[in-house]
Amino acid sequence: MNDREPLFSSKNMKLLTNPLNIDNPITVQVLGVCSALAITVKLEPSVVMAISVVVVLAVSNVVISALRKMIPPRIRIIVQLTVIATMVILVDQVLKAFAYDVSKQLSVFVGLIITNCIIMGRLEAFAMGNRPWPAFLDGIGNSAGYGLILVIVGLLRELLGSGEIWGYPILEKLGVYNIGYENNGLMILPPMALIIIGVIIWVQRSRTKELIEES
Amino acid sequence: MEDLLNIFVKSIFIDNMIFAYFLGMCSYLAVSKTVKTSVGLGIAVIFVLVITVPVDYLIENYLLKKGALIWISEDFANVDLSFLTFIMFIAVIASMVQLVEMVIEKFIPVLYTSLGIFLPLIAVNCAILGGSLFMVEREYQNIGEATIFGLGSGVGWLLAIVGIAAIREKIRYSNVPAPLRGLGITFIIAGLMGIAFMSFMGIKI
Repeated sequence: MNDREPLFSSKNMKLLTNPLNIDNPITVQVLGVCSALAITVKLEPSVVMAISVVVVLAVSNVVISALRKMIPPRIRIIVQLTVIATMVILVDQVLKAFAYDVSKQLSVFVGLIITNCIIMGRLEAFAMGNRPWPAFLDGIGNSAGYGLILVIVGLLRELLGSGEIWGYPILEKLGVYNIGYENNGLMILPPMALIIIGVIIWVQRSRTKELIEES
Repeated sequence: MEDLLNIFVKSIFIDNMIFAYFLGMCSYLAVSKTVKTSVGLGIAVIFVLVITVPVDYLIENYLLKKGALIWISEDFANVDLSFLTFIMFIAVIASMVQLVEMVIEKFIPVLYTSLGIFLPLIAVNCAILGGSLFMVEREYQNIGEATIFGLGSGVGWLLAIVGIAAIREKIRYSNVPAPLRGLGITFIIAGLMGIAFMSFMGIKI
């Protein structure tokens, strides 16, 4: 890459926008699915989780990319995990200090960002071979794509499963229960998250034909 | 002996890593294209689990737990290092995965190339860390029970991934709507398998 290339050249912008749609980490690269299933029962934890992942992924991508020539390939996994674990502990502490209620709700899952394969996957696939600035954009783009799916799934499950949006009982206010509507209890159960993501993939691939798989 | 058998069966079917806790989903969905690769990954997961769970058991009980350092000196009876659990477990897991990667690369290069990026990703396979954390949470009595639990969880994971791989091999001959082909239908199959496995929940042996 040329040093004089502008910071927001079209190539760099692609790093930012591709993961939102045609290279989405969850629906195309299949990374970070575990947490997408566990925490998307409601919208609020989904949003907090998405923001935490943006921070962790962007910073660890930059750190690993800056260190990439010094890391011996044989022990790269341990180095990467140390960087990620440090970042996750930082995010955890910040959440505890400034958003204690949400942090209590999320406690286990913040720790589980360490084992979220989207972070490892991007470090391994991108940060190890690119300069810090593109790595930073790649981190922001991928975690935003991840967050997008998280928010969609969280919104659908909360709305259909408990009739609320962000804890606000919207369906009750609209009065749909009076005409015989019932909440779908199945939406709260984890298997439905899988099926919703399956449907999101279906919609996305119907719109973007080049993603359709041959077999 | 009966206890061990009980733990083994329970960790395979009732507390199945994938269908009861949805741990290890990423590699489960991405590597399950053919039965052959998924058997290879499943065996690697069993291998890593059987080694890491007992090692983490020793670390937890002789280093981290409150009062665990008593074997060094009576003075350490009040030392509680359990806040280090996460980072210690991850360090053990990461080094074990690195070891497995080297062994596979050396002796089964075909498997090494077909597993690709998902081999290093075993380190962040939530099933492995989850296995160790469940081991702590359920307070197994001795190292034997912990090992059997690790083995059982691994076998359950292998079973689940081979199951979905077999379905995916068959579904290739079905007329799935084009945009749903591949990944989309796999998510939906996994969801349906999950609903089926929920019937095991709550069973007591």
